[in-house]
Amino acid sequence: MIYGSRFVAIVSMLTVINAYAEGTIQARAEALVREAFAGATPTEWDERLRQDEAQRLCSLHRNTPPAAIAHQLLEAQQRTLRYPANGKLMGDWRKGEKLAAIGTGGHIGKIQPDRPGIPRGGNCYACHTLATKEIAAGNLGPSLTHFGKLRGVSPEMVKYTYEKIFNAQAFHPCSMMPRFGHNSWLTPEEVADAVAYLLDPESPVNQ
Amino acid sequence: MTTWRRTSVLALLAALATPSIGDDNHVTGEINKYRQMLQEGNPAELQELRGEELWTTPRGPRNATLEQCDLGLGKGIVAGAYAQLPRYFADADQVQDIEARLTYCMITLQGLTRDEATQGWFKPNSDMEALVTYVATHSRGKAIAIPQAHAREREFVALGEEIFNRRAGPLDFSCATCHSQGGKRIRLQELPDFNTNKSAQSSMITWPAYRVSQSAVWTTERRLIDCLRQMRYPDAAYLSPAVIALESYLQHQARGGVMEAPGIKR
Repeated sequence: MIYGSRFVAIVSMLTVINAYAEGTIQARAEALVREAFAGATPTEWDERLRQDEAQRLCSLHRNTPPAAIAHQLLEAQQRTLRYPANGKLMGDWRKGEKLAAIGTGGHIGKIQPDRPGIPRGGNCYACHTLATKEIAAGNLGPSLTHFGKLRGVSPEMVKYTYEKIFNAQAFHPCSMMPRFGHNSWLTPEEVADAVAYLLDPESPVNQ
Repeated sequence: MTTWRRTSVLALLAALATPSIGDDNHVTGEINKYRQMLQEGNPAELQELRGEELWTTPRGPRNATLEQCDLGLGKGIVAGAYAQLPRYFADADQVQDIEARLTYCMITLQGLTRDEATQGWFKPNSDMEALVTYVATHSRGKAIAIPQAHAREREFVALGEEIFNRRAGPLDFSCATCHSQGGKRIRLQELPDFNTNKSAQSSMITWPAYRVSQSAVWTTERRLIDCLRQMRYPDAAYLSPAVIALESYLQHQARGGVMEAPGIKR
């Protein structure tokens, strides 16, 4: 039994190392990353540093993969989509508004971790303009002002918006946008709240 | 001085609250004005003076100064050294940045342990903060030109480029996510684009920099390790080759930029 699990551990380690051929610049960079984060726990390594196949391929191709790989990535990411247990893809825009503004949460380490219990948000305003009353909005992503007003609130639009926030790479291979739902940064219910913030006619985004 | 500075902060806040600022240029213009005002009395000068004293005062079990430390341009030569780091040092057989090199000198010349040499590197008022500020100040007016003659130096730039583009973590971020396009901001914070020489220069010429929000001068390693923290990674090891490789890549992208450090930041 112990022998077996050790065997599995060795095999999975080899898989990671063999992701890049020995001696390539990528393999050498991986070795440096491992060394720099030698202090991370195995869980931290798995959840925060080890690349999944999408991250690895997007990095390797500088986020513009060749068509065949882009197609393969898109299909794999589409299979990751999950939905709230209650089936409601549009939640509460007021909760979504809070999530959109919160930039805290998820900071670890000894130097400057988050205070315990601090909320974790989607931090949409870091990259997008949403409600026009919030002037401190970033521009890494496109403006989403009047998102619902411009597109309507059809079931197709609700589904698209939900899936896009859940996993932007299911639509655009190597999108810069975090895969909020897929990476379990937000719960499916929280993603639905963000959908409401974008689509609900009452939401400040559509005023 | 304090009152004056408080007034300028209030002026900035008032400017930010003005309704006319949907306009990006106006906002960043006000921030730049505030930055210029602070530049006239950069608190980093205190660290520079403290650093000079640390450089010239005998310390450690060997009771030696750092004046025999070779920062790459010869023993004891401080002028212009920062602008040519990181570089390969044959004595250490490593590519070192200023922080790794100072640590090496404190260990070999003064007999300090690594822990003693790097004590509190992430806290305000550390010896490292002061020494780096001192050395960097003496590269003002010098162009960034990290050597690329040695194979290891070229390798570090290439490794740094890989690490810069390496996506990972719960937000799928790499450095490139925020720093590979021009004219981008997180909230109102402007982001350097390290894919272009000019934008990379505008950033790298200002580090180390006094950070108003931290009341401390941040070294380049301090800054980069904090970027990784914001990407939700665990703490990267101080002086680790990955961080120095990243720094090599950024310095290489910024080659030719004329040093203005210590800068002043939010």
